Amino acid sequence: MPHMAFFAKISNVKWRIKMEKKNDKLMIIIAGLVIGVIAAGLAFLGNPKNMGFCIACFLRDTAGGLGLHKAPPVQYIRPEIIGIVIGAFVAAFAKKEFGSKGGSAPMTRFVLGFFAMVGCLMFLGCPFRMILRLAGGDMNALLGLVGFVIGIFCGIFFLKNGYSLKRTYSLTAGEGYWMPILEVVIFVLLIARPAFIAFSEEGPGSMHAAVILSLAAGLVVGVLAQRTRLCMVGGMRDLVLFKETRLLWGFIAILVAALITNLALGGFKLGFAEQPIAHTDGLWNCLGMLLVGFACVLLGGCPLRQLVMSGEGNADSAVTVLGLMVGAAFCHNFGLASSGEGPTPAGKIAVIIGIIVVALIGVVNTYVKEKAPAKEAA
Amino acid sequence: MVDARGLSCPMPVIMTQKAMKSKEDYYEVMVDAQAPLENVTRFAKSQGYNVEVEDKGGEYLLKISR
Repeated sequence: MPHMAFFAKISNVKWRIKMEKKNDKLMIIIAGLVIGVIAAGLAFLGNPKNMGFCIACFLRDTAGGLGLHKAPPVQYIRPEIIGIVIGAFVAAFAKKEFGSKGGSAPMTRFVLGFFAMVGCLMFLGCPFRMILRLAGGDMNALLGLVGFVIGIFCGIFFLKNGYSLKRTYSLTAGEGYWMPILEVVIFVLLIARPAFIAFSEEGPGSMHAAVILSLAAGLVVGVLAQRTRLCMVGGMRDLVLFKETRLLWGFIAILVAALITNLALGGFKLGFAEQPIAHTDGLWNCLGMLLVGFACVLLGGCPLRQLVMSGEGNADSAVTVLGLMVGAAFCHNFGLASSGEGPTPAGKIAVIIGIIVVALIGVVNTYVKEKAPAKEAA
Repeated sequence: MVDARGLSCPMPVIMTQKAMKSKEDYYEVMVDAQAPLENVTRFAKSQGYNVEVEDKGGEYLLKISR
């Protein structure tokens, strides 16, 4: 390549990456085990059953706490969310990985986030909670997993054919701080509890561990997820695309650790019927998670990963998180979210629309090329 | 030379994978974040290549050879 001499001149010390493959895998397995124990443990410290962590549910609760929707049972500012963003921020900052970046199709990401949430609230959980539901013996989540994998394959089809939301760019220095700042503000609201903040008096929103415990759990998960790049869709995706199993080990480690914790503490109940905050409509559990898997592959990461990246200064991920929150508000304002009774007719329509929209986003960003000569094409 | 700056994972790895179909002994990949740096390195090593990284102040040039 022609610029070799130039590069050699400006390059500082050459260095070899010392990442040993085994160490790498061991790291994420340990992180996954810790996260699994914490997540299962939170359910015993007050969080809803099989919901030690659920990024979708917790963003939904937070949206409700802020009054963006008025569904009384699901309103609470979840400290876990705050902890994850701040934990990721601190970890990224300490390792000099924090940086204000963005500009890669923000509105498309917002819409993908919106519909990912529609899928999550059809199933009643994000991919993270899907693992925790499996670990609690909730067999409905198995159908969710089937849909999730199908959705990931749908996304991979587009990835293989050249799908891209194009590049991100360095943004103004302050841009990346908005999300961490927002979380601090929300934390103040949680502690101060002014009259305009709504907290559930019954239902899942009223069930929560002590603030300090939830926050600490979030911080630990945020740091670990940032360091290991943990992602629930990434595991399956990388396995199919590159035969790379590292992220999948994180997924499996969480499942195993949460399962063992549940068995030890008596939180395991095998079956389909009467599972906590879940319904038994297999088809729609499957289609809901199909939408989630599909949208998340096109986004480049699951809701947890989006949250973590929003803490790393990624404005695109921050917009995605806002899309998730607005999606959650719509789901409850328009009666799209499922309940323990099952899905709603409107929710089914929304999931179908979501799958169509996400597929169109895939088509447009894979096959429709810009007319202007793309200078950046390598 | 694969320019994967600004692209989020898995794009940089997919681009590297596509480039490697020509089965040459030397490739260069430019990335500008830690996650793609790790992922491209991991992928290249899994394909039997050695990877050397030059830090260019926030951007990384990966020299992939075998």
